[in-house]
Formats: sequence, C-alpha cells, structure tokens
Amino acid sequence: MSAVLESHDHSHDHRGPAKGWRRWVYTTNHKDIGTLYLWFSFAMFLTGGCMALVIRAELFEPGLQIVEPEFFNQMTTMHGLIMVFGAVMPAFVGLANWLIPMMIGAPDMALPRMNNLSFWILPFAFALLLSTLFMEEGAPNFGWTFYAPLSTTYAPSTVTYFIFGVHIMGVSSIMGAINIIATILNLRTPQMTMMKMPLFVWTWLITAYLLIAVMPVLAGVVTMMLMDIHFGTSFFSAAGGGDPVLFQHVFWFFGHPEVYIMILPAFGIVSQIIPTFSRKKLFGYTSMVYATSSIAFLSFIVWAHHMFTTGMPLAGELFFMYATMLIAVPTGVKVFNWVATMFRGAMTFETPMLFAVSFVVLFTIGGFSGLMLAIAPVDFQYHDTYFVVAHFHYVLVPGAIFGIFAGVYYWLPKWCGKMYDERLGKLHFWLSFVGMNLTFFPMHFVGLAGMPRRIPDYALQFADFNQIASVGAFIFGITQLLFLFIVIKTIRNGKKASAEVWDNPEGLEWTIPSPAPYHTFSTPPDVK
Amino acid sequence: MFAKAIPWIRFLAGSFLFYSVSIRADWEVNMTPGVTEVSRQVYDLHMIIFWICVAIGVVVFGIMFWSIIAHRKSLGVKPATFHESTTVEIIWTTIPFVILIGMAVPATSALIDAYDTSESEIDIKITGYQWKWHYDYLEEGVGFFSNLSTPADEIYNRVDKTDNYLLEVDEPLVVPINKKIRFLVTANDVIHSWWVPAIAVKKDAIPGFVNEAWTVIPEPGIYRGQCAELCGKDHGFMPIVVEAKTQQDYDVWLAARQEAAAKERELRDKVWTLEGLMERGEKVYATNCTACHNADGSGIPPAFPALKGSVIATGPIEGHIDVVLNGRPGTYMSAFGPQLSPVELAAVITYERNAWGNSKDDMVQPIDIANMQAAE
Repeated sequence: MSAVLESHDHSHDHRGPAKGWRRWVYTTNHKDIGTLYLWFSFAMFLTGGCMALVIRAELFEPGLQIVEPEFFNQMTTMHGLIMVFGAVMPAFVGLANWLIPMMIGAPDMALPRMNNLSFWILPFAFALLLSTLFMEEGAPNFGWTFYAPLSTTYAPSTVTYFIFGVHIMGVSSIMGAINIIATILNLRTPQMTMMKMPLFVWTWLITAYLLIAVMPVLAGVVTMMLMDIHFGTSFFSAAGGGDPVLFQHVFWFFGHPEVYIMILPAFGIVSQIIPTFSRKKLFGYTSMVYATSSIAFLSFIVWAHHMFTTGMPLAGELFFMYATMLIAVPTGVKVFNWVATMFRGAMTFETPMLFAVSFVVLFTIGGFSGLMLAIAPVDFQYHDTYFVVAHFHYVLVPGAIFGIFAGVYYWLPKWCGKMYDERLGKLHFWLSFVGMNLTFFPMHFVGLAGMPRRIPDYALQFADFNQIASVGAFIFGITQLLFLFIVIKTIRNGKKASAEVWDNPEGLEWTIPSPAPYHTFSTPPDVK
Repeated sequence: MFAKAIPWIRFLAGSFLFYSVSIRADWEVNMTPGVTEVSRQVYDLHMIIFWICVAIGVVVFGIMFWSIIAHRKSLGVKPATFHESTTVEIIWTTIPFVILIGMAVPATSALIDAYDTSESEIDIKITGYQWKWHYDYLEEGVGFFSNLSTPADEIYNRVDKTDNYLLEVDEPLVVPINKKIRFLVTANDVIHSWWVPAIAVKKDAIPGFVNEAWTVIPEPGIYRGQCAELCGKDHGFMPIVVEAKTQQDYDVWLAARQEAAAKERELRDKVWTLEGLMERGEKVYATNCTACHNADGSGIPPAFPALKGSVIATGPIEGHIDVVLNGRPGTYMSAFGPQLSPVELAAVITYERNAWGNSKDDMVQPIDIANMQAAE
C-alpha cells in the first residue's frame, strides 16, 4: 500500500501551484483552499461587522436617527447570519484545511476535489443572501433565528433567496465535515493513534460529526418554510392546522449544536497554544477529549432551553433546565485543565497566548451567564433581553473570534514563513480586548434592567450604557483593520521565521520548514 | 444630502466627546426585585446564582492570575512536568456537580411556584397584534386595544423626550390588587411575547396557541414592560402598561368602561354626518394606520403603499371596505375588522377617502359595517 502511495506522490512532488487565478479556482491543495476559506471569512467578518456598526450607531442614543426600524431589522438579521455562517464557520474550516493534514502527517485532505467544491459554492451562497439588500423589498428582516410565521407568512419575498442561500451553505458545511472526518479517520500517519492526535484534530472531529448531524435539520426547516411560502403547505401556520412552535423545536435542534460547532474548534486551538507558551504539556489530555465528547452529546438534549417562555409544560421546563445545567460540568473540566496547564509553567505572553488567556477568562464569564440563563424561572426575566445578547457575544467574540485570532497569529509564521510584528499584534490584542469588553459588558446591565433585544429604539433609562457599548463597538470594529494591516505586512515583509517558530512547540506541523512547502508528508512521518 | 449626514456627524462627534442629550442618567445594573412573591423569588434566585458564579470566578481566576504573575519565564522559573491526575479530574468533576444540585433545588421550587394553576379570580385574554396589545376581560365583557402613545415627534427627535418614552400607552391594562389573575396569552399574526418585569411574567403570544400565566399583585402601582419577541417593524414600539388599583378604584374603572361600551353601541346605531366621521376617522387613522401609511397618507413604498390617490381609496367603496376589514393576505396589511369597532371602521374608511386631497365625498355608516360583519 505504501509503495503505491509513494509512487503516486512522486508524480506530484515537483508540481507547484498553477499560475494566476487558475491556481485558486482549480486548486485541490488543502493549503490553498485553507487560505481561500480564511480570506473569505475575513471579508465576511468585515461585512457583518459593518452591519453591527450600523446597529450600534442607531442605538447610540434614544430616538430614531440613522436608520428606520425596517432596515434596522435587516441589519440585525444579516449581521447574525453573516457572522455565524460566513465568518466563524468558514474560518474554522479554513484552519482545519491548513492544519489537520499537517498535524496528522497526511499529504492532503482525503477528498481534494470535493474540498474545492465545498469552498467555491460559498461565495455564491453569500452573493445570493447579500443581493437581497439591493432588492425592492429589502433583505430578510426576521432575525437570524427566523421564527415562523414572521419568516413565512409575514416575510418579504426575498426570504426565498435566503432559503436557497442557507441550503448552499449547508451543503458546503456537510461536504467540509465529511472531508474532515474522512481525513482524520483514514489519513493519519500509522503511528498516530486516536489518543495521540492533537486536541485541535479531536475537537474538529467531534465538530464535524455535529455538523453532519444537524445541518440536514437546518436544511429541513428551511425547506418546510419554502413549502409553506410557495407550495401551500401549513407546517408552521396555525391557520392551516400547523404549529409555529414546531419551527422553534426544529430550528433549535439544529441551533444548539450549532453554537458548539462554533466553539469546539476554538477549544482545540487554545489547547494547542496554552501548552506551548506555558512550556508545559497540556494537563489532562484524556479528560479533555472526554469532556469535549460529553459537551457534544449534551448539546443534542438541551435545545428547548431557548424556548422556556413558549409555554412548555412544567416537566419539559425541568428536564431542559437540568440537562442545560449539566453542560457546566464538562465545560468546567476544560477550564480547570487549561488553568492547571498554566499552573507552575514558565509562561511568556506573545500575541497568540494573550488571545488564548483572554479566551479562557472571557469565555468563562460567558459560561457563567449561560449557567444563569439555564435556570428556567430566572430565564423568564432574562429571555430575549440584552442579557442574552451579552451572553452569546461573550462566548462568540472572545470565544470563537479570539480563538481564531489566536490560531492565526500562532500558525501564520508557519503558513507564510514570516514573523508578524509582535508589537502590532499586541496592540491589536489590547484594542480588541478593551473594545470588546466595552461593547458587551454594559449589555449585561441594560438586559437585567429590562431592555429587550432587537429593538431600534429604547427607553431613556438605558441610554448611558448603550452609548458606552456603541463607543466600544467602533473601537473593536476599527481595530480589525489593524489586523488586516498586520497580516498583509507579515506576508509582504515580515522577518524570516524558523521551522519551529516558537519555543519547542509540540506537533508535526513544526517539523516541516516555514513556510510549509506546497506538498508535505508525501511519506508518513514518525511520531514518538 | 447633507441633512441625511447630520445624524452620522452628530454620532461621530458624540462618540469622541461623550456628549449626552438631556437623558435620565440611571446606571441601573441589576434586575428589579419586582412586586410579586414570584418576582421576589426569581430575584433571590438570580442573586444566589450570581454570587455562586462570582465565588467560582474568584477561585479559578485567582489561581490563573497568580500563575500568570508568579510563573513567568522572565522570572527564571523552570516549568513543572506534571500533566495528568485522575484524582484531580474526579474532584473537579464532582464539586461542580454538587454545586449544580444545590442550584437546582431552589430553581425547581421557584418554577413550581410560578406554575401555580389553582383557580383564578379574574381571567384576562391578551392578544398580540402587529404592533399593539388587545386585552379582553372575559367575564366582565370589556375589551380594548392598548397602543403606544409616545408621539412620532419624540421618536424622530423633533421634541424632547418625556420620562416614559416608549413605555407609555393610551389604554393601560387595569387590574385589582390581591386578586389571582390568569392571563391567557395568544396572538393574531406573528409571535409576540408579553413581558412585565415587575411581576416576572414573560409569556410568548403565539398564533393558534393559548398560553397561561398567573400573578397576584400585592401593591397598587404602574408597572411597565415591552414586547420581548421580534415581531416585525415596530417590535420596539408596542409597550405594556399594567395599572394595579385597589378593589374600589378597579370597580369604578370597570363601571366606566362598561358604560363606555354601551355608549359605543349607541354611536354605532346613529346616523353620522361626513364631518363627524372625518373627525373621528382622523384619530383612528393616527392610532392605527400612520405607522405604515404615514400621517399624510404617503406610505413607505413598496412594502407599505400610499393611500393618497391610491386606486383603492379612490375606487369603489366596497373594495375599500373589503381591504380594511379583511386585510390583504401575503402583505403587511392586516385585517382590521376584528380589531376596530364598527364606528372606528366606518370613520377611518370615510377619512381615507376624503383626506389628503382624496375627495370621493362618499361615506359609510357604522351600522352598515356592523350589518356586513353580522352577515359574514
């Protein structure tokens, strides 16, 4: 078998990438596709970010100043959809493409042509979605959770574009997930047993299973909407004997695992970075794997905690409350393990470590508010307020986004062979950290004081904290242009990076030169 | 063009100078304990869990920051080599589990108290509409809509905002104190959510479903809340005001309400003049139609068409009545037949046909509308 593989690989070894645009359109190389995913996701991050700034500008003071409520709702909807499906998920797939083959000693992804396809349908999906902004009836305006019947009977006609956009994104995600599972299960270098895999690989393997389990559910729910809108069915219309609450059950059966899809790979990234900069092995590798698996399992049986106010029977409320509280146990184990890894290490704080440490702190704060939200009777007061907005932004911005930043700074020298500017990297971190906390921390306060989410205008007592949040949002937003500058500066004229880059990091990706050659691990490497 | 840029300039200037319009500085950072037994229980639970989280945070972050300060490479420390311990893992799995059980006990009892289904003394049906609430006192035979009463001039910053900006309505929900009230919550179009923080009731209003919630309010007062589920364009503009009164005051209010309902029936049966209908119609229009069609009938095309010079408002009156009564399925135009009284319907239709330069000079009598509705 290995002889066959080798002769096959030799024919490719001396082939570099194609020239010009063909390189990117025709590519089946995991590194090129990873790069495409990452740039695409950054473009979407800025697009969704601009929408967030429109929202924060309108909310700077009470009254309607900049946009009308109709357009405000389009902004909240598109911001959510673009950040979830356009920024966070593709960024993780990009990192998976770049890193998984290098971490497990594989020459490429298992299904390279499908890899190309799963990326290249994404720009079409988002073109479809974004084009609605320029249509007469405007973009979808029913929130990223698109509750029926607001998103069916009462939706603008552009909802159909949204439905097909989501279908394509779903197809892309499912193909990406199949590819990742096939790669991890089949292409590991022979000595790498499952329990020797780096944690990033583990968390992505579990994430990929979550994707395969729930993306079809999302496709199902939007298809039911399509039927209701165009083909006379009444899945979600009470007038026709349907059930609007059914929508929420189906949506959140997808939606809850989805939030773990957006955080598990970040757990993996942080688990790679903290040991390197603590100069100490990751504490509790085995329990980290089991904790991640438990979180993934629990994520399937907690969905209705998003629906405590829909009028569930008492027994339902209790079940979903207990199951949700239970998630705190494996999540706590992960945090304790990270802290134990840092404990008695010899730490330095380069940019990736700064992002990773703040990930642990701020994600834990988001976890605390999550635990509070799990308590059903108290959730009656928190539900659909800015407290919820603060909660999920605390797990997604310093969670998913800081995780991605940490990963990019950590592996960028490996990808392009050059070192980023450490001073600017630290500046990017501190501005993001301050901006992010200034934006989202006051949201806890206004939420508890009674400000509902998704409103374009608010009562006077919420004014002060909203002003602070808006100022923070603009600091955070503008800071991300600095990130773009740092990356471009690194690629153009960064200092040459060594193969190891960091101080004795663990993992196969550090055994190959920097920048990583176009083809790596044509023969399976040894693992100790 | 420049006028459009002014808000942006004000915003940018504001964010640097941190200037503040004349607003009430509240800096409220916590949940209200509210006034009912359930809301106090919820508040206590919220505080207990908050302090547990703070305590865990202090321990975890304490150890972490101590490591960050004491175990830096720049201090010349040598890293330890330990990297696993089953005992430790078991300990930090068990302890959180025990803490969670400690949280679940009071949470369960608070939840059971909130689901107190015992016999109620007053039943009020709450119906969410885009974008207002309807209250029906089932046994008392009284029902009315509750609309936002904040004027558009305040919303669009043409005049100063008053204290209860966006939290004020034309007709509050009036309830007696110390009576067990059952709310039956439903919706007419999309999902809304009826939320009053001071009584810790938040229940989704779902078309086709009737949800129940219960409360006993011990002290008179005015309690304000808002719709909590995104329900379209004016989701932020459908507040809730509950006025709790003593039994005597409530009885007085109820009698006045019932009398007004009788008067409304009288008005329905009389023959109106065009002027009378126009005058009444202008008010009905201002409350129910301006959000979409604008005060001057110009609408917000394309979603919300203009009425000024429109085919329907200047066409045959039967078609006009049909659209107002039954709405336009598949558009934002909802059926106002069940929402307004015959007098209001006749008045607003007549108004639309004769305002803003529309001059059909025809009208419809309330009694005709009532007969039409009875025939359906």
